[in-house]
Amino acid sequence: MAGKPSESLGRVAYVNARLVDPASGLDAPGALLTEGEVIADFGAGLFSEGVPEGIKVVDCGGHCLIPGLVDIRVQLREPGEEHKGTLASGGRAATAGGITTMVCLPNTVPVIDDMSVVEFIARRARLLGLTKVYCYGAVTKGLEGRALAEMGMLAEAGAVAFTDGVKAVGDAQVMRRALSYAGTYRLLIVQHPEESSLAEDGAMNAGETATRLGLQGIPRAAEIIIVERDIRLVEMTGGRIHFAHVSTAEAIEAVARAKTRGLNVTCDTAPPYFALNETAVGDYRTFAKLSPPLRAEADRQAVVDGLKNGTIDAIASDHAPHDEDAKRLPFAQAACGGIGLETLLPVSLEFYQNGQMSLTDVLRLLTCGPADVLGLSAGRLEKGLPADLTLFDPDRAWKVVADDLLSKSKNSPFDGRPVQGRVLRTVVDGRAVYGREG
Amino acid sequence: MIDGASDTIQFAHRHLLGIEGLSPDDITLLLDHSESYVEQNRQIDKKKSVLRGRTIINLFFEASTRTRTSFELAGKRLGGDVINMSVSTSSIKKGETLIDTAMTLNAMHPDVLVLRHPDAGAAKLLSEKVNCAVINAGDGSHEHPTQALLDALTIRRRRGGLQGLKVAICGDIVHSRVARSNIHLLNTMGARVRLIAPRTLIPEGVERLGVEVFYDMKEGLEDCDIVMMLRLQSERMHGNFFPSIREYFHFFGLDYEKLASAKPDALIMHPGPMNRGVEIDSEVADDIGRSAIREQVEMGVAVRMACLELLTLNRPETEQGNL
Repeated sequence: MAGKPSESLGRVAYVNARLVDPASGLDAPGALLTEGEVIADFGAGLFSEGVPEGIKVVDCGGHCLIPGLVDIRVQLREPGEEHKGTLASGGRAATAGGITTMVCLPNTVPVIDDMSVVEFIARRARLLGLTKVYCYGAVTKGLEGRALAEMGMLAEAGAVAFTDGVKAVGDAQVMRRALSYAGTYRLLIVQHPEESSLAEDGAMNAGETATRLGLQGIPRAAEIIIVERDIRLVEMTGGRIHFAHVSTAEAIEAVARAKTRGLNVTCDTAPPYFALNETAVGDYRTFAKLSPPLRAEADRQAVVDGLKNGTIDAIASDHAPHDEDAKRLPFAQAACGGIGLETLLPVSLEFYQNGQMSLTDVLRLLTCGPADVLGLSAGRLEKGLPADLTLFDPDRAWKVVADDLLSKSKNSPFDGRPVQGRVLRTVVDGRAVYGREG
Repeated sequence: MIDGASDTIQFAHRHLLGIEGLSPDDITLLLDHSESYVEQNRQIDKKKSVLRGRTIINLFFEASTRTRTSFELAGKRLGGDVINMSVSTSSIKKGETLIDTAMTLNAMHPDVLVLRHPDAGAAKLLSEKVNCAVINAGDGSHEHPTQALLDALTIRRRRGGLQGLKVAICGDIVHSRVARSNIHLLNTMGARVRLIAPRTLIPEGVERLGVEVFYDMKEGLEDCDIVMMLRLQSERMHGNFFPSIREYFHFFGLDYEKLASAKPDALIMHPGPMNRGVEIDSEVADDIGRSAIREQVEMGVAVRMACLELLTLNRPETEQGNL
C-alpha cells in the first residue's frame, strides 16, 4: 500500500469530488490536482474542460475530498509495548480512519524525554510511509513529575509540544516552572487534567452508577481542579496550555472563561466523551473503562455544547490500544483507554447526521482545528502544501466490529455501534496509502 | 592628589548597602576616586596611609575567596588593620545570631564592617545596630554594590563612559545580586539594560526596574556593547529552573556563535567564579581581545579602596551614642 519514496508520483487529478475545506469554508463540487507530493491546484472550475493527457485520474464519485484528518492524541506503544501496538499497526489503522497526521504521546519505553527517541520515531514512521507521525516530548524526565525534561532540545529534534501523557503534572510548582520554561521557547504544554490524589483509587465516574456497581469513583472535581489551577498558572507565567480530553461541564466553562480573558488556553475532547456516557460501563465492560472516565449524561451534553459553541478546539481519537490481558480483568484492575483511530471520523459525523452541526463544522474539529492547536501546517487544502487528503462517503452506513478493525489491539468502546461515514481513500504526500473498493 | 583633595570629597551616605538610591553624582564620585587607585595598585609601592589607625572587619557568612581577598587587600593597601571573620566556621554554629555577632564586634570599635550574608536585607539590619560604616559585600539575591561599581569602572575605562551603552545581562537573573546592583547602576548612569535568560530565571516584575527582557540569546545580544554573563547559582536553586546543563549551555551559554550578534567589539564580562561550559564557553572566556574578566578583578581592589576611604572620611571623630 505504501508508495516507495523513489517512485515517481507524477500528477493525479481527483475529479468529480465534493471539496470540503473547513479552514477556508470551501464546500463545493470540484476537482483537485496533486503534483508529486504537493497540492498543485483545486477548485470548482478545475478540469471543467476535461483532464489533459498524462495526468492520472481518480474519480471521486461525488464523495467528499477533504484535507486528511489530524489526530493530536494517540498512543502507538512503540517503542516498548509492541504487543499492544506498533507504528506499523497504528499507521495502518490511522490510514483506514482517514487520518494523515497524528501526534503520539511520550509514554513509550523508553520515554520520549530524550532527542534520540524523537529521532527514532520520526525515522521509523518515515520508512513506513503511512500516516505522518509527530510526537510529544515529556514535560518531566521519565514522566515522573519532578525534574523538567530538555524541552528546548526536544523541540529542536522535532517534538511538537510537551505533555506527561496519561499523567497530569501534579505538583503546582513543577507545573509553574514547566509553563514558564516552555514559554522561553514558546512551546505548548498539553495537560491530562486530573488531580491524581483524587483519582488514583477510582475506577469510573463517581456517582450513582459507581455506587450501584460497588466501584470506587473518580470525582468530576479531579478534572475541574487541575483545569482551574493550570489556568491560574498560565496567567501567572505567560505560558500556553492545552487540556486534553475534557469531560466535565465546569472544566469546559473554565476554558471558555479563560479564552474570554485572552489567555493562551485550548482544549480537545475525544469521541467517547460526546458519544457515550457512564452507562456504557453497564455490567463492568472494561472496554468502557477510560481515563478520564465516561461521565454522566449532563456532562456528555456539556461536551456536545462545547464542541458546538467553539470552546472545544478539536476532537482527538485518544487512541489507547491494550492487549486482552490488560482488559480481561476485574473492572478495577483493568487498564484504562480505548482504541479510536478508525472510529474517529464516523462517530464525530453523528453530529452531522443528526443535524446538530454542519459537515464543515464537524470536519473543522478534525482537521485545521487540531492542526492550529499545535501549529502544524496540516489540515487544510492549500496550493503547495503536502497532498494529505481523505476521500470519504459521509452517508455510507456500517457497523463497528472490533475484530474487523486494523488496529492490533481491539479494545474499542464503540464495538457493535452502527455508524455512518466510510473512508474510501487516504492520500499522504500524494501517495494513496489506503483504498477501499465499493 | 587624593590625599590633598580629601577635605572636599563628600560621599553623602554613611553606609554602602546597595546601588539603589545612589545618585549619578554618588556613583561618579566613587568611580573617579577609584580611578586613581588603579594606577597606585600598579606601582611597586602600593601602600598608603589614609586608613592608618582604622579597623576594618570582613564579616563573611558565605564562602568567598575573591571578594574577601579584594576587600582585605584594599584595606591593607590603605594602611588599615583588617580582620577576617568567616562566620561559617565560628559562632553561628554555636547558635549566635547575626545581631549578637554584630554587637560583639561593635564593642571592639571597628570603623568599617564589610558583610557578606546569604540573606537579603542582612546588611541593612546590621547597619541599624552598629556605630561603624557597613559595606554590603553581597546579601542574598539582593545587592552587591561593589561588584556593580567595579563593572562600571571596567566599562568606563574601556568605553569612556556608560551613557547610551547597550548592556546585556545574561543568565541566572532571579538569584543574582550582581544583576540587581548592575541594573540599578547602569540605569542610573544612562545605559540601556537588557536581560536574557530562560523565563524561569527572570524574576517577576523585573521590567518595572527599567529593563528589556529577552528569552533568546541571539535576539537579546543584537547590537550590544557589553555582554555580562552571570554564574548559575545552583546553591540558591531549589527545584527546577532548567532541565540540564547541556540544554542550558546549548541555548544560553555564551559561545562565539551567539556572541556574533553583539557588536564586533562587544566586551565580555563575568563576576566570577565562572562555570566554563555552563554559562560561558572556555574559548570566549579566555579571549584576551574580548574578555574583560581579569580586568574586572583588578578594578575590584581599586573600587573597594575608594569605598573604604570615602566611608571612613564620613565617620565622626568620636563615636556618638551607644546602640
